[in-house]
Amino acid sequence: MPLLVSPRFLARRRLVDRAMRAMMFAAAFVSVLVTMGIVYVLVSESVRFFAQVSMLDFLTDTQWTPVFQDKHFGIMTLVSGTLMTSGIALLVAVPAGTILAIYLSEFAPPALREIIKPFLELIAGVPTVAFGYFALLFLTPLFQTFIPGLAGFNLLVPGIVMGIMILPYIVSVSEDAMRAVPNTLREGAYALGYTRLQTGVKVVIPGALSGITAAYMLGMSRAVGETMVVAIAAGQQAKIALNPLEGAATITAYIVQISLGDVPHDSIAYLTIFAAGLTLFLMTLTFNVIAFVLRRKYREVY
Amino acid sequence: MTRLSPSDSASLVTQIKVAPRALNAVPDLRVDVRNLDFYYGTFHALKSVQLPVANAKVTALIGPSGCGKSTLLRSFNRMHDLYPGNRYEGEIMLLPEQLNIVGRDVDPMLVRLRIGMVFQKPNPFPKSIYDNVAAGLTIRGISSRSVLDERVERALRQAALWDEVKDRLKTSAYGLSGGQQQRLCIARALAPEPDVLLLDEPTSALDPIATAKIEDLIDEFRDRYTVVIVTHNMQQAARISDYTAFMHLGHMVEYGATADVFSRPADERTIAYVTGRFG
Repeated sequence: MPLLVSPRFLARRRLVDRAMRAMMFAAAFVSVLVTMGIVYVLVSESVRFFAQVSMLDFLTDTQWTPVFQDKHFGIMTLVSGTLMTSGIALLVAVPAGTILAIYLSEFAPPALREIIKPFLELIAGVPTVAFGYFALLFLTPLFQTFIPGLAGFNLLVPGIVMGIMILPYIVSVSEDAMRAVPNTLREGAYALGYTRLQTGVKVVIPGALSGITAAYMLGMSRAVGETMVVAIAAGQQAKIALNPLEGAATITAYIVQISLGDVPHDSIAYLTIFAAGLTLFLMTLTFNVIAFVLRRKYREVY
Repeated sequence: MTRLSPSDSASLVTQIKVAPRALNAVPDLRVDVRNLDFYYGTFHALKSVQLPVANAKVTALIGPSGCGKSTLLRSFNRMHDLYPGNRYEGEIMLLPEQLNIVGRDVDPMLVRLRIGMVFQKPNPFPKSIYDNVAAGLTIRGISSRSVLDERVERALRQAALWDEVKDRLKTSAYGLSGGQQQRLCIARALAPEPDVLLLDEPTSALDPIATAKIEDLIDEFRDRYTVVIVTHNMQQAARISDYTAFMHLGHMVEYGATADVFSRPADERTIAYVTGRFG
């Protein structure tokens, strides 16, 4: 005789199911709403900015002097500072992070891995302001002893320090991707006579490529958006950054500088915050889109 | 020659019953497993195993799950060395050069350069079809385009895959069906012309048609390659192998010409297994 389920029980179950589904949708919707809100504020304030400053000047002017008598709004000055520091950070973090990730996933004995990983996570937990003063007060004087011409505020040292800061993210995300490569692939490589290094470089990295690219892009996004280190150690002078030994302002450093000051609420200087913020947003969006495309392109289904 | 050493005969359990006709039928050995013990940590997985492997013949390892047949196969190319805590005792002699594959001073990577393996689940690398087959050649230092082209084509033909993939050699191996992927893995293992080819249940993840194709291949390897195959499928062992070894609980129970092992097994456990009473 079949077991009868009470209709009341079924009705209640269906109600709970529906209610939970609605709540989860709401939670997901809130995150979309927040993003849309931010974009709305950035765009609407930027529209007011561009009513007064032409887009052409914004993109081609080589000076950025919103609070001076002679105002210039060349965003490329700040963009160049951001790209220079982030580029240096990636030059440090990509090779070091990839090598460390291969070591942890393919070579390190499990006991050693369990020691190294918490130390890496510790780096991620250090407040960025501490990294900023580490760059300004410790590393810069140290580097000045063997790099003549290194200014007190410069792009090189904050870039390197940012590289150290994003290292844990790159290591952790790419190591996860490498460990997700199935063991059957590794055994296939070893069975052909591959060494450990050959297995790591020729089989595991290609197998984990989508995750590794995502790790690089995540690191890039973080470096581009990083604020404290560059605000403290890279200087506040907005100019086209060509020489990493000199200081220059980045987008984030400028936003901090101008928001902390006492610019009038409706002045053009105040509106530059949003134009610069929108530029930053579009830059990180570009990297995320690139990461998304690369991920799809290199995704492997084992 | 019998595989019984005096120390074994004390225990009936470890004794192998060699069917009389098999003795004359193994003239030429490529590998000789002598008193092999294997431990996963403290677990004693292979117990004083003996096994002759005939040159250019197909030897099948059968037995119920957990009997040690895969463990034995993976000892041939030192796969157990990849994981800590594993230990071999005894000999797997590669003949005629008398190289003890599991010797402590033998580099497992050099062993694997000579002994190819195909796994249960197809495991092509995330590369193109061509690069998969060429993988074993390039790591042996072969870089000449023409040599690679020639050997890749030969291996793909031997694996009966050439006609299906010759127009898309540069496309990803993951675009192939499961059966094609497994034949690609066979081509990859064959390209460096290994001394011994190990097959670890190569058809267990495949459908009957793909299985039949692989069995046809193995049939053609006879007289060209020394093949050791682990299989769960007794009909498969009967169809494709020249010699069959039956294992149970880490012991080599019975070895002989395949026809003998299946038609008149000597040990009660073999009789029970091949007649389907357990396993």
